[in-house]
Amino acid sequence: MDGMSLLTITVLAVFVGFEVVSKVSSTLHTPLMSGANAIHGIILVGAIIVAGQAADPLVLAVALLAVVLATANLVGGFVVTDRMLHMFHARKQVARQEGAGKVEGK
Amino acid sequence: MSLLDPVWTSLLYLVAAVFFILALRGLSSPRTARRGNLIGAAGALIAVVTVFLSARLENIPWILAAIALGSAVAAPVARRVKMTQMPQLVALFNGVGGGAAALVALLELTHADDPWVRLAIVFTLLVGAVSFAGSGVTFAKLQELMTTRPVLFPGLPVVMAAVLLAALGAAAAVVFTGSLPLAVLLLVLGLAAGVLLVLPVGGADVPIVISLLNAFTGLAVAASGVVLGNVLLVVAGTLVGASGTILTRAMAAAMGRSVTGILFGAFRGGSTAGSTAVSERPVRSSSAEDVAVLLGYAQRVIIVPGYGLAVAQGQHTAAELALALEGRGIEVDFAIHPVAGRMPGHMNVLLAEANVPYESLKEMGEINPEFKTADVALVVGANDVVNPAAKTSSGSPIYGMPILEVAEARQVVFLKRSMRPGFAGIENDLLYEPQTSLLFGDAKDSLAQVLGAVKAL
Repeated sequence: MDGMSLLTITVLAVFVGFEVVSKVSSTLHTPLMSGANAIHGIILVGAIIVAGQAADPLVLAVALLAVVLATANLVGGFVVTDRMLHMFHARKQVARQEGAGKVEGK
Repeated sequence: MSLLDPVWTSLLYLVAAVFFILALRGLSSPRTARRGNLIGAAGALIAVVTVFLSARLENIPWILAAIALGSAVAAPVARRVKMTQMPQLVALFNGVGGGAAALVALLELTHADDPWVRLAIVFTLLVGAVSFAGSGVTFAKLQELMTTRPVLFPGLPVVMAAVLLAALGAAAAVVFTGSLPLAVLLLVLGLAAGVLLVLPVGGADVPIVISLLNAFTGLAVAASGVVLGNVLLVVAGTLVGASGTILTRAMAAAMGRSVTGILFGAFRGGSTAGSTAVSERPVRSSSAEDVAVLLGYAQRVIIVPGYGLAVAQGQHTAAELALALEGRGIEVDFAIHPVAGRMPGHMNVLLAEANVPYESLKEMGEINPEFKTADVALVVGANDVVNPAAKTSSGSPIYGMPILEVAEARQVVFLKRSMRPGFAGIENDLLYEPQTSLLFGDAKDSLAQVLGAVKAL
């Protein structure tokens, strides 16, 4: 791909990134950080390409190390984000009605 | 083998990129967040399958074994980690990502004939290495494997400047000559720069550094995408770079400090070492029973959890107390300052883990007007984020920092370990006001005593 197209895509991605992330509520900043963290684990794709082209054993070893690190980043990041988000739950309907009733009753 | 033609490959990468954008968008609300994250994971899976089907790859068994190894190490850690340890885990995963990007760039150097591509390579190398080493030090600080205080030694700024100059020189040489040994030297210099960057940062500022290094890794991945001519890496890396930048700035603003001030403040001797000055003015000290009476006969209570609560791991007790009060018909909310906890939004995760519904977790802008209607504001392990000096005294170091306006509540109760000021090292005049009472002790113990007394009412 030529440099100009890559530059165009990069600049547009910056704007999409700012746009999307500025809407995230501060309640979810930790999952956001950990989710974004998981997304950059996609460097795994790069590591796989490099490992797949390696002819020399030393190059292959370094490339495989990159694959291990990138996989840890990608898999660990998504798993831990999922675990965190699983804990965010809405108030149970019953509890809310009870609470509201009592407050109004006072 | 190459099963996919380039058009299909590009299309599938595009799908993965869109999935990543949707993943970040899903995080705008707790309702859609979990699905968003799963969409992101699906995007990653599509991308990885695509690379196997599209490129002509050797060594596939080895690669699959490496992927299995990486997953086998990371998934159990991610499943078992305690929520209080989340910041160090994020730092760790961030570091390995940066390391992977640096290694990929290093190996691509032998294929790069174009100086522009080599420019992207040296950028990835340097930034990836800084992120790897910096995250490592951050992890060590948060895990308390080393001191959490700023580590300073005479001549640190000079050493840092020398390392950076040498790195720039090596980078320029690699761009023009493509020399592999110099690239390895650049990698080592990048690692040194990463260590030197984070060492002088004080414990309380470390969360901002995590966010900043996250942005760094994103940029390194984006640059590696330029190296490999892979659009997906460019888009994903840029998204992360942008999100990390926004978060870093938002968090620094919430602490009333500048990012450069945090990174370079220690070099100038202005970091957050904290002070131990204690005033002699009288305060109203209170017992757990008194606090329980205040809370138990209120109509509206706002709990302000801070760093101290996270350190004492008292979030479950705080949640129980809220539940006990709600059981008495009292309206209870949690007012969360953006920097409460050990990373942005950390307190929300800790309270969510303790089963506090997310509707009760109120952001600063939402809860501040409501303190006027609160009978009691219960401040647990927080100090600077409720210090009115940030609004009233223009000479104060925290002047201009947004605070939770607990002073507006009819009664204010502080659960504090001691009279020691917060990490900004400034006294909080609110502690001496007539409507304020204090209960001294470990946040978790105090909460447990208050909880017991509330149940006995």
